[in-house]
Amino acid sequence: MKKKLLLMIPLLVFFVLAGFFIVGLNRNPREIPSPLIGKAAPAFALPDLNAPEKIVEIKDFKGQVWLLNVWASWCVSCREEHPLLVEFAKTHDVTIVGLNYKDKAADGKAWLRQFGNPYVVSVMDADGRVGIDYGVYGVPETFLIDRQGVIQYKQIGAITDQALSEIILPKIKELKR
Amino acid sequence: MIKRFFLACAVAFCFNGMAVADVAPTDTDPVAQKRAMELAAKLRCLVCQNQSIADSEADLALDLRRQVREQIAAGKTDAQIISFMTDRYGDFVLYEPPVKGTTILLWVGPLLLLIAGATTMVFLLRGRNREEAASPPLTQAEQARAEALLEGRKAGNYGSNGKGK
Repeated sequence: MKKKLLLMIPLLVFFVLAGFFIVGLNRNPREIPSPLIGKAAPAFALPDLNAPEKIVEIKDFKGQVWLLNVWASWCVSCREEHPLLVEFAKTHDVTIVGLNYKDKAADGKAWLRQFGNPYVVSVMDADGRVGIDYGVYGVPETFLIDRQGVIQYKQIGAITDQALSEIILPKIKELKR
Repeated sequence: MIKRFFLACAVAFCFNGMAVADVAPTDTDPVAQKRAMELAAKLRCLVCQNQSIADSEADLALDLRRQVREQIAAGKTDAQIISFMTDRYGDFVLYEPPVKGTTILLWVGPLLLLIAGATTMVFLLRGRNREEAASPPLTQAEQARAEALLEGRKAGNYGSNGKGK
């Protein structure tokens, strides 16, 4: 009896390891949980992409539920998600602010002309400092910020249809209530 | 085409980084420079996850190195700089995870495995000794037979397998 139990140990070890692998290998190592969720969105005061003399500040969006979308004209995945954002801005009542990350103003403007502009405003983070404050490490990234200015959700990488309808939209509805 | 584009980007970023390094506030101070290097080696580049920001030439790594240098120049302590990074990027940015509730298994795990292994070994060896001690000694007849068998095997080996050589 005791021996039989001992013989079961390798099998048990196998199942434990298999369990770890099933969980571990299904994770995306690129998605690093942000410590900023549940915290106040870092403040910024950056020039408007279309009117550089105008400084846009985070407090301009106090009292709104809004999305901060980090994008750049050099970013390939941004092209993938951009049509979704354009469509989303048209069909839903939501404020989307663009953070034009480490980009040249001319390139950014040309990009928006070419692919459409879903943003109420895009701000220029030319040297990427605000990006660092937001823990940006892979563009595109999108932050959902509530009326009190607290980050509620972060999408790492391109927004997908699924993420939009299953996570972001329900969260927006909940926060707007 | 795409490759060339990335190459161009990489080259552009390199020059970008050099330009930053030229005016780096710690460059004239060898002590601060050393500190910046040591800190950068402890921080993980989030874009190329198996490199520290000291090793990586990714754009983000350049920016984070600049942050480290600027903060050293501003008189921040190492702990303050590390917490600046973890506040933004989480513990993942550290190569050495901090000891806390969620990481305790990571730190004591190897020790636990060693203890478990050693315990198992001690029990197995003891069991074997007891088994040996418990088996009754051979009678004279058995002893003789065992010797005959051992001898026989030797003889047999040489006898039957000898034809090849």
